[in-house]
Amino acid sequence: MKGKGTLVIRSGRVLDPAQGLNDRLDVLIVEGRIVEIAFGLAPEGVEVLDASGTIVVPGLIDMHVHLREPGFEHKENIESGTRAAARGGFASIACMPNTNPVIDTSGVIDLIMMRAEAVGAVNVFPIGAISPGLEGKEIANIGSLVEAGAVAVSDDGEGSQDTYVLRRALDYANMFGVPYISHAEDTRLSADGVMHEGHYSTLLGLTGIPSAAEEIHVARNAILAELTDTPCHIAHISTAGSVRIVREAKARGVPITAEVTPHHLTLTDACLATYDTNLKMKPPLRTEEDRLELIRGLQDGTIDCIATDHAPHAYSEKQVEFPLAAFGIIGLETAVSLALNELVHKKVLTLPQLIEKMATAPARILGLAKKGSLEPGMDGDVTLLDPEAKITVNPDKFASKSRNTPFGGWELKGAPVATVVAGHVAYNARATAKTKT
Amino acid sequence: MGNPPSNSTHARLIDATQMRRVLMRMAHEIVEKHPAPSSLGLVGIQVRGVPLAQRTAANVQSICGVEPPVGELDITFYRDDLGTRLDQPEVKSTHFGFDLTDRDLVIVDDVLFTGRTVRAALDAIMDFGRPRRIMLAVLVDRGHRELPIRPDIVGKNLPTMRGEDVRVHVAEVDGVDEVVLFKPADAGSEA
Amino acid sequence: MARTTKPRAKPTAPATHWTRRHLLGLEDVSADEIRLILETARSFKEVSTRAIKKVPALRGKTVVNLFFEASTRTRTSFEVAAKRLSADVLSIAASGSSVVKGETLIDTVHTLEAYHIDLLVMRHAASGAPHFLVRHCTSRVINAGDGMHEHPTQALLDLFTISERGKAFDGLKVAIIGDIIHSRVARSDVFALTKLGTHVVLCGPPTLAPKRFEAFGATCTSRLEEALDGADVVYCLRMQFERQQANFLPSVGEYVRLFGVTAERMKLAKPDAIVMHPGPLNRGIELTSEVADSAQSVVLDQVTNGVAVRMAVLFLLAGVN
Repeated sequence: MKGKGTLVIRSGRVLDPAQGLNDRLDVLIVEGRIVEIAFGLAPEGVEVLDASGTIVVPGLIDMHVHLREPGFEHKENIESGTRAAARGGFASIACMPNTNPVIDTSGVIDLIMMRAEAVGAVNVFPIGAISPGLEGKEIANIGSLVEAGAVAVSDDGEGSQDTYVLRRALDYANMFGVPYISHAEDTRLSADGVMHEGHYSTLLGLTGIPSAAEEIHVARNAILAELTDTPCHIAHISTAGSVRIVREAKARGVPITAEVTPHHLTLTDACLATYDTNLKMKPPLRTEEDRLELIRGLQDGTIDCIATDHAPHAYSEKQVEFPLAAFGIIGLETAVSLALNELVHKKVLTLPQLIEKMATAPARILGLAKKGSLEPGMDGDVTLLDPEAKITVNPDKFASKSRNTPFGGWELKGAPVATVVAGHVAYNARATAKTKT
Repeated sequence: MGNPPSNSTHARLIDATQMRRVLMRMAHEIVEKHPAPSSLGLVGIQVRGVPLAQRTAANVQSICGVEPPVGELDITFYRDDLGTRLDQPEVKSTHFGFDLTDRDLVIVDDVLFTGRTVRAALDAIMDFGRPRRIMLAVLVDRGHRELPIRPDIVGKNLPTMRGEDVRVHVAEVDGVDEVVLFKPADAGSEA
Repeated sequence: MARTTKPRAKPTAPATHWTRRHLLGLEDVSADEIRLILETARSFKEVSTRAIKKVPALRGKTVVNLFFEASTRTRTSFEVAAKRLSADVLSIAASGSSVVKGETLIDTVHTLEAYHIDLLVMRHAASGAPHFLVRHCTSRVINAGDGMHEHPTQALLDLFTISERGKAFDGLKVAIIGDIIHSRVARSDVFALTKLGTHVVLCGPPTLAPKRFEAFGATCTSRLEEALDGADVVYCLRMQFERQQANFLPSVGEYVRLFGVTAERMKLAKPDAIVMHPGPLNRGIELTSEVADSAQSVVLDQVTNGVAVRMAVLFLLAGVN
């Protein structure tokens, strides 16, 4: 990371839901902090980022990314993953603990922070494991994880199969003020399932994962959140039943939040008829009814934010027979275009609502006080978007090491134009102009 | 053989009455060449060779009092052009009902053209048994042989151009007895 | 002197010519295409009754049987079929999952294609394996069974056997009994039979014959009497004992008590009903020995017809460029 930069972002349209701003304004960042937002800023000797024709929003945050380092660097590492994030318009990402070794000691967090400092293109926030090795048998040293920089704890990848242990862990985590990010999956019910259990799994002869496998854990976790008063954030929510459970719990004031992926908002299990392994992930793509309820949940606030669950896998791990293929797809470099095309242009969300889902809410959930807004004093993280840009998704150009995406060739309207991290331009699809006296 | 080109003209060269006479004359020739008709056996090549063989058997019966048995042979599985044709041939039945060994067989077909169908028929017959002798009787010989195959009994010699098509219609299959020549619309040079 | 036969009535010719390079399943194959295969199989059945059981149709072509799951029956059937078409046959029994062996499926097939093969017959434990394969290879592919998904040649020989017994498909009642959910045979049969107008009844406990299958045009019941009542065809699927371990059944004993086909229960079916089974039989489980050996049982005909049907499929696919 390049340290703190000074930059003026000129001639764009600033959209900041946190401040209720939506105007032609310029943004001045000095040494990594937002200092002023006003019209006609042109300080001498300051690098200019030309934002004409773009919407200037708080730096987007993806709170669910698998960077694969340490341990799985053939799929991705901190350098390639953060470059992918920057290309995708994200100024900050939170990385999940299912690395090797698992992020269950402060040493691993120190490693990630050092690597992010050395080669990371965007801000990296580690998420600690809730149990050592993610085995779900004991509580991890959450105190030292948080002290070292973890912004949350999670069981992503495995879920928590022992309710007693989870309850104790949530009781314990309560004192640190970090949320528990829940991978809701009853692995006895999901067993060896490889896609959603329903009409299509029956047609294709593939073992299915019933919606109940997720919903039972969502309900359990909502009850535990209520019992322990520890905030529970449902990762990659995928079923209508899960949405209803979260909605009901929220209405009663339970500290529960939820995120949804762009692919669950866009695709259904019907796509799997070709056995394309780029459509295989957990939780699986569900039915059209589920997809519509996810959209309703986004609209009525039941679902707080959008997160990609960016899960890179190497070619040899995906280009095999369907039941053998690894679960997961990448998402950093398609999320913004999909969100703009499928949500804003299709009138599911307004652009301010989308920014709320992709910047304001993730900052709030992770307790990133200086992010998610462009108010002076906030960190100088800014994303430039062009909602009208027409693109064709080309995975060959991705910065990610992996190519496991089903969106190759998709024609979408809307794209990130530039990403600014702490006042430095981490990604710019156009050229920048420097003004010097 | 596929369908004739849609922009072709056609002319009937042999009508029902002529066809009946020609078939009877062919039957006479067969009897002439087989002094021991009891060892005769006819093999009709699917599709139209079969009814022609059946009629010929009846004709032979009326001439010499002995009706030879008639076998049906589908040569699809013995063709040399599978995989290169545009349309897939429909497979019909193969059934002999008599032992081929030591028989004097006469293959009966409607049109003799390149000779490949007859070559395939010979291969098939050899797989079924060991006849004493095989002869070939065709209603129409239109020339353009590609293999050293020659007919022993010919109903009618019809020299044709390569691009033309000769169709035999038989009442049992097509509802009418006739032989029709199809010329392509731009009838001109020889292929 | 044998009397010549009268010209027989023209059979209703299927309106289709075969144009597919692969046979991966029957779900997207039309009723006309199915009829074409059955018609072609009829001619091939006759070849197997000759003294020289061979025709040169596939002479010089190389057919590879790539079997990742153990199977004597289907593999032998395909071998005999290919040999009777004069093809050169390679049978490869690849053990276990390709991942365990270290060589991927794609690499295995690319190696075979380097020998310039013409047709690949594959059986694999993973549903969708042939669909995955055709994206990565150039050979014509026949699915000899992929996981729980489809087993098209089995269903085709089943249909051939049913029609051989003079039963028209339209309006026929076929009862398929057993472990439907894990059965590729059941799926292919359901897809093919419903296309031809058959009334298919699937029967088993709800764990093995869930109502979801009704979306494919079949009826599901957990009462054997309902399935057998007036049935023209009683099709018994092989019960696999692992199902008890995975908690799909309490015990094989209870399954046999509730769903085993006995001579007594067969009285509910039509008097001329036939009994079928994809093999190998578990005598005393799916059906009693009495039923398996009865005059109604066409199990051995199924095996004979398997060769004719597979000859037809190999022949039709080889004819496509």
